Amino acid sequence: MVSPILELKNINKSFGHVHANKNINLTINKGTIHGIIGENGAGKSTLMSIVFGLYQANSGTIKINGKEINLRSPKDSIINGIGMVHQHFMLVENFTVLENIILGFEGELVFGKNLEKAKKDLKNLCDTYKLNIDLNSTISDLSVGFRQRVEILKSLYRGAEILILDEPTGVLTPQEVDELFKILRSLNEEGKTIVLITHKLIEIMDLTSEVSVMRQGEMVGNTKTEDTNKEQLAEMMVGRSVLLRLDKTEANTGDVVFKVEDLTVKDDLDVTRVKNVNLEIRAGEILGLAGVTGNGQTELLEALSGIRKVESGQIYLDGKKVSDSQNFLDPRELKDQGLAHVPEDRQRMGLVTDFKAYENLIFGYHDQQPFSRSSILNHKDIISHSKKIMEEYDVRPQSPNLITSNFSGGNQQKIILSRELNEKPKVLLVGQPTRGVDIGAIEFIHQRLIDMRDKGAAILLVSVELDEVLSLSDRIVVMFDGKIVGEKENTNVTDRELGLLMAGVV
Amino acid sequence: MEFLSDIASLINSTLRISTPLVFAAMAGIFAERSGVIDFSLEGKMLMAAFVAAVGSYFLGNPWLGLLLAIIACVSLSMLHGFASVTYKGDQVVSCVAINILIIGLTTALAAAWFGQAGLTPTLNEDQRFLEVNLPFAESLRDVPIIGTIYSDILSGHYIFVYLAYAIVPLVFWVVFKTSFGLRLRAVGENPSAVDTAGINVFAMRYKALAINGVLIAFAGAHLSTAVNANFFREMSAGRGYLALAAMIFGKWHPKTALVACLLFGFTDALQIRLQGVELPAIGEIPVQLIQALPYVLTVVLLAGFVGKAIAPNAIGQPYIKER
Repeated sequence: MVSPILELKNINKSFGHVHANKNINLTINKGTIHGIIGENGAGKSTLMSIVFGLYQANSGTIKINGKEINLRSPKDSIINGIGMVHQHFMLVENFTVLENIILGFEGELVFGKNLEKAKKDLKNLCDTYKLNIDLNSTISDLSVGFRQRVEILKSLYRGAEILILDEPTGVLTPQEVDELFKILRSLNEEGKTIVLITHKLIEIMDLTSEVSVMRQGEMVGNTKTEDTNKEQLAEMMVGRSVLLRLDKTEANTGDVVFKVEDLTVKDDLDVTRVKNVNLEIRAGEILGLAGVTGNGQTELLEALSGIRKVESGQIYLDGKKVSDSQNFLDPRELKDQGLAHVPEDRQRMGLVTDFKAYENLIFGYHDQQPFSRSSILNHKDIISHSKKIMEEYDVRPQSPNLITSNFSGGNQQKIILSRELNEKPKVLLVGQPTRGVDIGAIEFIHQRLIDMRDKGAAILLVSVELDEVLSLSDRIVVMFDGKIVGEKENTNVTDRELGLLMAGVV
Repeated sequence: MEFLSDIASLINSTLRISTPLVFAAMAGIFAERSGVIDFSLEGKMLMAAFVAAVGSYFLGNPWLGLLLAIIACVSLSMLHGFASVTYKGDQVVSCVAINILIIGLTTALAAAWFGQAGLTPTLNEDQRFLEVNLPFAESLRDVPIIGTIYSDILSGHYIFVYLAYAIVPLVFWVVFKTSFGLRLRAVGENPSAVDTAGINVFAMRYKALAINGVLIAFAGAHLSTAVNANFFREMSAGRGYLALAAMIFGKWHPKTALVACLLFGFTDALQIRLQGVELPAIGEIPVQLIQALPYVLTVVLLAGFVGKAIAPNAIGQPYIKER
């Protein structure tokens, strides 16, 4: 007999003018794994933050085990058996695992007896769910996967019966995802209710028994997972039918136009992050670079685009040496040589978010005709160019005068992409092109990258999303600990094989 | 023998001079560990000195003066919290405003009440704290070594001196061995983690600021009702900033901050000692040069020797919960 453990009725939440949750109704049954799927900005995280007491709803009621509850702060939720693993972990990095877990639930003013008891209880929890965590290690020494386990352990220790996980797999390797799902299944077997927030259809199909779909702040569907499929869910998420597979013909490659030889790069703290990397990209192909975040991809991209100094090694563009440790072209000179760069962190490096869209649309090219004549900007031509390009790249809303930070993540990305692609570069470096971008825009961005390839551009795609690397690339290299640890033709390679390489296992 | 008594008096002065720095540095640790920058130690110390002197003069009891100074400083800390915690203003700007306000306010109030800009009347013996002679100090004075340490170095200080050094281990204990301390450190590192643990971030920061106000009041009272017998204009003389430097030099840790305070106190004691003294080969060093010693040391230490002082991660950032 199923009984609801959590019931939401007519939940509304606004942030300023943004109506993030509109009349949400949701019932979560005890002992299920319930998926909540939706695009970025659909309101999933907001809704769960309300359930966790972090935000307060403007209106609506919440019932736990049939009893109406007023959740004013996370404390209320924790007392009522709700635990949440946030997308950005809520851990104090220079504390130990133990300190992080007992924070707020010390149970005594001065550490003593309760601390010993906590240690014992936590050891038991670790054993029961095979979490395998050393309570005395410092968070900053732990891998992302382990930090997540600490978060889970934290919720369990505080007595969670409902465990909410917000996009838990975004930062994990496929193997770590397997481990996580194993833990979640064993929690579920012990009677815990799990709520999984995600935008990945495959996770819903893999793990959940029931699924709810959100779109633009509204709940648009509830169903048993076995009664639906990926295509149907995707359509509900986006509101129209979506191509989940890309139309991609075989690459028609030409000469090598971009070549990296024995490249070594250091980061700001003087740590070597890129170690003797060799790469070759031909005209008309996409080379995918896979890897877990923080294995040197960022520094590699920065060095290739002229932002970061090359420690040793050479970079060739069109057979001409453009950078080594002595002489190097700056980003502007590289741009003039036909290299374009879509940076990983679009808010920090790709855009001035406080500027208007038209300004961002011409950045880097603003001193060229027709945007500028004898150092004076030509407003009329800039605006007409902006309008044209915004239409071409389907940037919404099509208002060049709107401040850039008011566009959604996907539309901000389209602004950068349109700016860089418009110049028809010979070499295109793209970092995390669809991070934080909704499914509809992902489809569009991917298609544009394929079009660029077919027009003969050499593209380096750096992404932590394995699906993206697999669906776009013609060849795939994997980076681990600053080194290229494997290269595969993208014909019959699986995400498992790449995952092992990404984890540095083989 | 004279050399020994020179050393003894140098250590004695070091302990006394470091006292306001120790109070202020401990006050700073509470505020900054909670994620709130406290540049206003200087202004609060000055305020405490003024209020303690005035309160003691009118009420005839230095303890009541101290109490009023505590109330004044906690109020200023709450003002800082109101501007920078509740209303999420820039913390440095709020501190600078407090510092400037207090310089003007103390000068103006002294002029209005006592007819002298920035000067309060001299306190008599009942209205100020006197030196405390430890038991048996006189009879032990002639015992070699022990007598020097006990009678010449440890005995004969103001109550605040003993209090300051007693407070350091207490601060250490509170910050590192209690659940309050755990929450305090957490809120300065990652306020979101504290919030999601069901603890009120704002309340934590206000509590830290309240403790900060109490501690800094002792520093000011020490200046105007113990070592001096009145308040005079800008009498804190940069000690608040010096204490802040000591706290940073001590990496926000009570023990190392204490060492830094003592180091600053020692250079100050040394400069007083060196004034007018003929050094072999160099001759007499100009007073101004010697007086600059503690400040030069501050700059050199902070610039060169601290290494990477790792501040609490969330320091200076107002906590914003909803986007």
